Formats: sequence, structure tokens, C-alpha cells
Amino acid sequence: MKLRADFTLAGVITTIRLNMSMQVPADLKYAKSHEWLRVAGDVATVGITDHAQHELTDIVFVELPAVGRKVKAGEACAVVESVKTASDIYAPVSGEVVEVNKPVTDDPGLVNGEPFAAGWFFKLKLTNAAEVGALLTPEAYRTQIGG
Amino acid sequence: MTLKRTPLFSAHQRAGGKLIEFGGWEMPVQYSTITDEHLCVRRAAGIFDISHMGEVIVRGPAAAAFLNATLTNDVRKLVVGLGQYTLMCHEHGGVIDDLYAYRLGAEEYLLIINASRIEPDVAWLQEHLGAFPQHADVTLANLSDHTAAVAIQGPKTPGLLDQLFPAASTGGTHVAKPSELTKNQIAQFAFDGQPVCVARTGYSGEDGFEVITPATLVEAVWDKALNLGHQFCLQPCGLGARDTLRTEVCYPLYGHELDENTTPVEAGVGFFVALDKGDFVGRSVLAEQKASGTKKKLVAFKMTDKAPPPRPHYPIWVGGAAVGEVVSGTQSPSLNNGIGMGYVPPQLAEVGRKIEIEIRGRRFAAEIVKKPIYKKA
Repeated sequence: MKLRADFTLAGVITTIRLNMSMQVPADLKYAKSHEWLRVAGDVATVGITDHAQHELTDIVFVELPAVGRKVKAGEACAVVESVKTASDIYAPVSGEVVEVNKPVTDDPGLVNGEPFAAGWFFKLKLTNAAEVGALLTPEAYRTQIGG
Repeated sequence: MTLKRTPLFSAHQRAGGKLIEFGGWEMPVQYSTITDEHLCVRRAAGIFDISHMGEVIVRGPAAAAFLNATLTNDVRKLVVGLGQYTLMCHEHGGVIDDLYAYRLGAEEYLLIINASRIEPDVAWLQEHLGAFPQHADVTLANLSDHTAAVAIQGPKTPGLLDQLFPAASTGGTHVAKPSELTKNQIAQFAFDGQPVCVARTGYSGEDGFEVITPATLVEAVWDKALNLGHQFCLQPCGLGARDTLRTEVCYPLYGHELDENTTPVEAGVGFFVALDKGDFVGRSVLAEQKASGTKKKLVAFKMTDKAPPPRPHYPIWVGGAAVGEVVSGTQSPSLNNGIGMGYVPPQLAEVGRKIEIEIRGRRFAAEIVKKPIYKKA
């Protein structure tokens, strides 16, 4: 375990965070491309994993899909940009975008700080619930990221 | 292709550096985050591995005449212990490389060249030396494989350098300690009984130094700098921060602002082209461009609305037409705003002009600004 100091973009607040093994919450499903999915009834919330935000670092811009857009599993439908690069975010399952997380576009640092909570991206109304079963379990995803 | 590694490779692994490919080298892009390292250099001190860069020694009674016939700046301006920014151009004016030339002795010069350009630069220098009338009076030595270097940058670095090299210089500029060096001066100091070159220069827009050492010595210098550096808040910094720092202050990066199809005049570094020194490779084209203008001009810009960070190759629009391309772009950690540089026709290259940057099919408002984009308060 190693302590690390991170400056925020504004450089005002310094937070100390534990840079231990990445969080992989047990109640979520995962895509190989590092998105997570939280299913409640026929709606699934999508975000990117702690591992993904840690690899990207310094998230400075998030572009979300339009509400009402229909996406297929594996389709690029959002963009996350760090200082260094722009990365596509893929829909883990097919569905219709029913809600997007507007605050994350105003404060992209939420994705770094709370990837599984305030840093979520969008919600999908599932069109093929069977696809959820094809996603990775927390154990399988943890194995994929080597942690 | 196997990536080359600098002598600091294991030091980067120990420091938790994230390694990427850069110009054929496996280099650290960051250790903590780019923003963190960037702000650390602006406020305190950072140390960068720049061992991938090339070092060429040009020596002999005709060394100065040879360099003045090949590079754009005038080496006659250099006293022993002083360096200058200069460029190596084709006959048609396109840039082969941008570099620093230091005068180490009466008849000895050190060229610091870009990592990805070592082979073309050395081949080009050898070719021109072959055709140079006094070629018997010049020797070229490519020391790139035997040398290493670190850049130590930031407002707190003078105190650190004085602790790192506590005795008076033994060559180059005569100073009692490194902090007495002024901009672009270079001096030799002893470290563990071996000579190292320390130059007051950098690529960050902050005060700072570059330390050139024998390849076998650099890890000891790096480790000692980090140990002494605690009191100066020194952090190891990667190529990511190096790029954002230089972009904020509009320093060109070869392969972005400069390439073989771009001249120094177009890139806004015509100040380093000395037309009054006699003939040199590329002179006629550069003189013509200085007198009559160019077809493109490098400008700096800032995004003016909320927008994704600009990136290289994004189209630049003015008045409903695509007029050029971004060559460098990023989210400025100091300004927390998208910034960049790009080429536009010279008649559009005026400070204050509203432009648009096309990002993923959408156009976002930006404005041409004065260089440097970031200036210390």
C-alpha cells in the first residue's frame, strides 16, 4: 500500500487517496472494455471502472450520448478525455438511453473520484436482458485486470 | 521493433512510472498524473529523464565555420560556456531538426538533438561535412549511446542544483555554483569524481537546468537529486507533463510544429535564423520567406467555450471554411482550459481572431491568442 497525493485541476484541494488494489464492487457486471453495469429492473446504469479511471488519470472532459438514442451492445456511445488522450466508451448491452449524468460533464473529475457512484455516465433501458449474462463477473474482471 | 531503453529504465520502474513508446524509446509518460506533475514543475521542481535525446560533439579549428554553414543560428555569438537554440534545415527550408548548440571550448561544440532525429541528423551532418572545404579540420562524434541526461525544472531548482553539485565549475562558464549560471550558460561540474555538464535551460517555461552525464553516471545523479529534492518538493515527471508544459509556453516539438515540410519562418522561430552571417543550408528560401511572407503561419489558440481538449490533426475553421490543422493541443493544467497551436494562412493569423476547432464532427469556438499562451503571474 502506498499513499499518494493528487492535486485537483484547480490545484486548490489536495486529497490523499489509497492507491491499493483497484475496487471491483461485487454487485456489478463488467465489460472487457472496462465499463461497469448496475442492473435494476429493466434499467441499467453504466460507468467506467476504477481501474479504467486510474489508467486514464486526469479526466478533463466527458461527452455523453443523447437521451433517446438506441445503442447496440459494443457500440461506442460516449467519450472520456484525459489530458493525454480521448477514449471511446462502449455500451456493454443494447438499449435506449433514458438518462445521462449531466453533473459529470460539468465536473469530469467525478469519474476519477467516484467511478462507481457520482461518476456514472448514462442509464439504458434494456432491449435484450439476456446480454447481461454474457458480461464479466467481478471475479472474472478482477482476473482480467490482474488484480 | 525493440524499443530502446535509457539507463534510467529501472529507476522509472521503481518510481512507478507508466511506460509508453516515444520515438522508438520506452519512456515514462507519467508517475502520478500529468496534471500533478505539471503543476509541481510550475510551483516547485520536477526531474525528467531526457536521456533519449542525442548528443553530438563537433570539434576542430573549422568547427564553428562548419556549424555556421549548416545550422541557421550564428555560432559566432557563442563565447565558451554559452549555448543557443538553432535549427538544421534542408536546402528548401524544411526543418530536419531543432536543437541546442553549446560552445564547450574554443574549438568544441555540443549539439543536443531530438531522440527521433539522431540518425537523420548525424547522416546529414556527415554528408555536409564531406562536401565542406575544410572538412579535414572538423571531427564529428555521435556520443548519444554513451551519454544520458536529466532536466530539472521549476522555480525551486537553483537551490537543489547547488546542493547536487556543491563545488565550483571545472570547465565551460566559470561559476562558484550552478545557480550562478545565467540563461543558456553551460559549465562542467564534478559528480562522484566524474565530469557532468550543467546548462541553465529547459523546455518547461520555468527556470531550470539540464544535466548531461556519462550513461553510467545518470542513475546516481537521478537518485541523489530525488533524495536531496524532498525539501524542494521535487517529483519525477514524465513526457506527458513535459508536453503540456512546453505547449503552454508554445515551444515547438519536432513532428508537431516542425517537420521537413515546414520552415523556421513558418513556425515562428525565424529569430533563430541569422541571415547576416553568410551562406548556410536553406538560407535563400528562408531569406525569401522573411522578406515576402509564407503560405502558412503557426498560431496559438485557446478554446473559448466548454469543449473537449483540442488534439493534433483536428481541423481549424474560419468563416465556414477549413483553413488549417491543429499540430499540438491539450487541456492546459495551469489554465484549466483547452489550448493548442496550429497552422493557418498568414492573413488569418491575427491575435484575437475567432476560429473554430472541429472535434468529432462538431465545431467548437476558439480564439487566436498571443504566444506564450501561459505566462507566469
